[in-house]
Amino acid sequence: MFYREAGDFKTSYSDDGQTFPIAFDRWRYYAVLAVAFLVIPFVINDYWEKSIIMPFLVWSTVAIGLNILTGYCGQLSLGTGGFMAVGAYASYKLMTAFPELNIFFVVLLSGAITAAVGALFGLPSLRIKGFYLAVATLAAQFFLVWLFNKVPWFYNSSASGQITAPERSVFGILVTGPNAAPWASYLFTLVLVTALAWVARNLTRGKVGRSWMAIRDMDIAAEIIGVNPLATKLSAFAVSSFFIGVGGALFFSVYLGAAEVGEAFGIDKSFLVLFMIIIGGLGSIFGSFAGAAFMVLLPVLLKNVLVGGLGWPTDLAAHIQMVIVGGLIVLFLILEPHGLAQLWRVAKEKLRLWPFPH
Amino acid sequence: MSIETLNLIEVLINGLMSGVMYALVALGFVLIFKSSGIFNYAQGVMALFAAMTLVGLQTGQVPFAHLLNAVTGMHVTHFGWNMPSGLAILLTLVVMVGLAFLVERLVLKHLVNQEPIILFMATIGLAFFLEGFGDLMWTAEIKQLDVGLPGGLSEWFEGASMALADPEAGYWGMYVDKLDVTAAVVAALLVISLTLFSQYTRAGRALRAVADDHQAALSVGISLRFIWVMVWSIAGLVALVAGIMWGSKTGVQTSLSLIALKALPVLMLGGFTSIPGAIVGGLIIGAGEKLFEYFVTSDAFHGVTGFNIDATENWFAYVLALLFLVFRPQGLFGDRIIERV
Repeated sequence: MFYREAGDFKTSYSDDGQTFPIAFDRWRYYAVLAVAFLVIPFVINDYWEKSIIMPFLVWSTVAIGLNILTGYCGQLSLGTGGFMAVGAYASYKLMTAFPELNIFFVVLLSGAITAAVGALFGLPSLRIKGFYLAVATLAAQFFLVWLFNKVPWFYNSSASGQITAPERSVFGILVTGPNAAPWASYLFTLVLVTALAWVARNLTRGKVGRSWMAIRDMDIAAEIIGVNPLATKLSAFAVSSFFIGVGGALFFSVYLGAAEVGEAFGIDKSFLVLFMIIIGGLGSIFGSFAGAAFMVLLPVLLKNVLVGGLGWPTDLAAHIQMVIVGGLIVLFLILEPHGLAQLWRVAKEKLRLWPFPH
Repeated sequence: MSIETLNLIEVLINGLMSGVMYALVALGFVLIFKSSGIFNYAQGVMALFAAMTLVGLQTGQVPFAHLLNAVTGMHVTHFGWNMPSGLAILLTLVVMVGLAFLVERLVLKHLVNQEPIILFMATIGLAFFLEGFGDLMWTAEIKQLDVGLPGGLSEWFEGASMALADPEAGYWGMYVDKLDVTAAVVAALLVISLTLFSQYTRAGRALRAVADDHQAALSVGISLRFIWVMVWSIAGLVALVAGIMWGSKTGVQTSLSLIALKALPVLMLGGFTSIPGAIVGGLIIGAGEKLFEYFVTSDAFHGVTGFNIDATENWFAYVLALLFLVFRPQGLFGDRIIERV
C-alpha cells in the first residue's frame, strides 16, 4: 500500500529501465535530494558537519569506489587506505603547485591521478585472483603510505611531515581551511558526491558495469563470451581508484584540513571501508551509502551512550565497538550477505504488498 | 674475514631468525587453508589472544575487570596469585580449543559452501571481534610475557664470530638473540611433529582426506565438523606458540596482531598449501627484508644513488611477493591452479 503501483504506467523502455521505476520511490529520492540541497545547508552547524555529515559523505564516496571494485567486479582490495592517501597527497601537491587552479578541478584531477596509480597496481590482477590479489593490494597500501612518509617531496619537506590544506574557494566562497563555513564545504562535497554517485549508478547499469559483473560471477566464462578481462579489470581498478582518490582528496582538503599519512590512511582505513561495503551491501550504490552511514554513526552512537550516558571509559567503548563491528560482519555474512541494501529491498517488497502477505 | 662480510653474515642470520618467527604464524594459516580452504585472517589475532590469555592466567588477572569496574563501580584487577607457566600454557590451550569449537559452531557451520572470498571476509570480522574481545577481557595495555625462555645475547655466537675476524680489526662479535634461536628450534620441532601427525596418525590421515576433497571425505564417513574443530585447535596451538615467541620478544600488545599481515607475503611466496613452503617463504622474506634494508641504508647505495632510504621493511615483503606472484601465481610450493568452466 505504501508503494502504489496501480496507475503507474510505463510507455517506453527507458521509463521501465530507470533507476527508480516506482513513482513513489522516485519522489522519495527527489525529496531526499531536496532536503540535502535546500534544507540542510541552512540548518547545519559545526558539530553536525564535522562529526556526522561530512564523514558520511566522504566515506560514501570511498565506499562506492571500493564497491565498484569488490562488489561489482569481484576483486577484493585491501589497499583502499593507500589509494585515499594518493588522492590526498595529489590534491595537496596540486593545491600548492598551482595555487590558481580551482579546488573543484584539483579534486577531480586527484581522482584521475589515483586512477592511474590504481590501474598500475591492478595490473597483477590478470595473473592473480581472490585473496592472493587481496594480499597483493596490501603491497600498494604499505608501499604508498611508506612513500608519502619517507619522500619529502610529497609533503613539501614540512617539518612535521604533515600536510595542511591551504584555503581555496569556489565562486569566492571558502570551502577549505579552518575559516570555511560549514554549509560551504558541505555543499561543495554534496555536489561532488551526488554527481559521482549518479555516474557510478549509471556506469554499473551499462555495458561497463555488465562486463564487471560478468568477470565477478565467473571470469573464465566471461572471457569466453567475449569480455576482455584486461580492459574490464583495469577499468574497474581505474574507476574504483578514481572514486577513492576523490574521496581521499575531499577527506584531506575539505574535511580534515590536515593529515599525517600513517595515521589518516593506515591499514585500518582499508578495513573500515571494506566493512562499510559488507554491511551496506556488496554490489549496490545505495548499500555504499547505507554502510558508510552505519559505520560513521555507530561510533558516535556508542560514544554518546556508553561514555556520555553511562560514564564508562573511552577505551572500553572502543573495544566494545570492535566487538560489535566484528560480530556484525560475521552476522551479516551469515544471515544477509547482501547487507543493509538487501534488507531495504526486502522491506520495500513487503511494503508494496502490505497489508496482504502475497 | 673482513668486518663488512661478518656484518653481512650477521644481518643474514638475524634475518633468517626473524623469518622463522614469520613462518610460525604462517604455519597456522597453512594448516587451516589446507584442510578447509579457508584463508584465516584471524590467525595473527589468535596469536595475540593466546598470548594475552596466557599472561592473564599467569598473573591472575580478573577477566573483564575493566568492564566489571565500569558497570558495578568495583575496583578489581588481580586475583592476587601467580600461576606456574606450565599450567597457564595448558589452560590457555584449553581456551584455544574452546575457541576453535565456538568458531566452528557459530561461524563456519553457517558458511559451508560459500565462496572462499566470503569466508575470508568472515575471518576478518572474526579477527576484529576477537581483538576487541581480548582487549575487553584482559585490557589493551602492553604486558610482559615471561615463561622462562632463554633470552638476551648469545655469548657463543659473539665469541665464535669474534674469532673469525682479525684480532686487530676491533670487531665486537655478532649479536644473536637466544630467544630467536629458541624460536627456530621450536619451529623446527613444530614442523616435524605436524608432519608426523599428518602422515602417521588416523586423525592426520582424515585431515589429509578432507584437504583433498570435502565430499569424498564425507562420503567415507569422516566428520567434517570434527576435522574443522581439530584443525582450528591445532591452529590455536600454533598461534599459542607464535604468541609466546613474539610476546616474549616484543611484549604482548595490540600490534602483535599485525604479524598476521607479515605472514601473508610469506604464504604468497611459499604457496598457501605447503608447510615447508611456509618455512622457506618465511626464511626468504626474513632474510630478504633485512638484507634489503642493510643494502639501501649502506654507504655503497648512497655512493651510487646519492641518497638513502630506510624503513623498507614495511613493504619489501609485499612487493617481493607481488612481483613473484606475477611470474608464478601459485607460489613456490603451491598446487598448480587449474580452472575450468
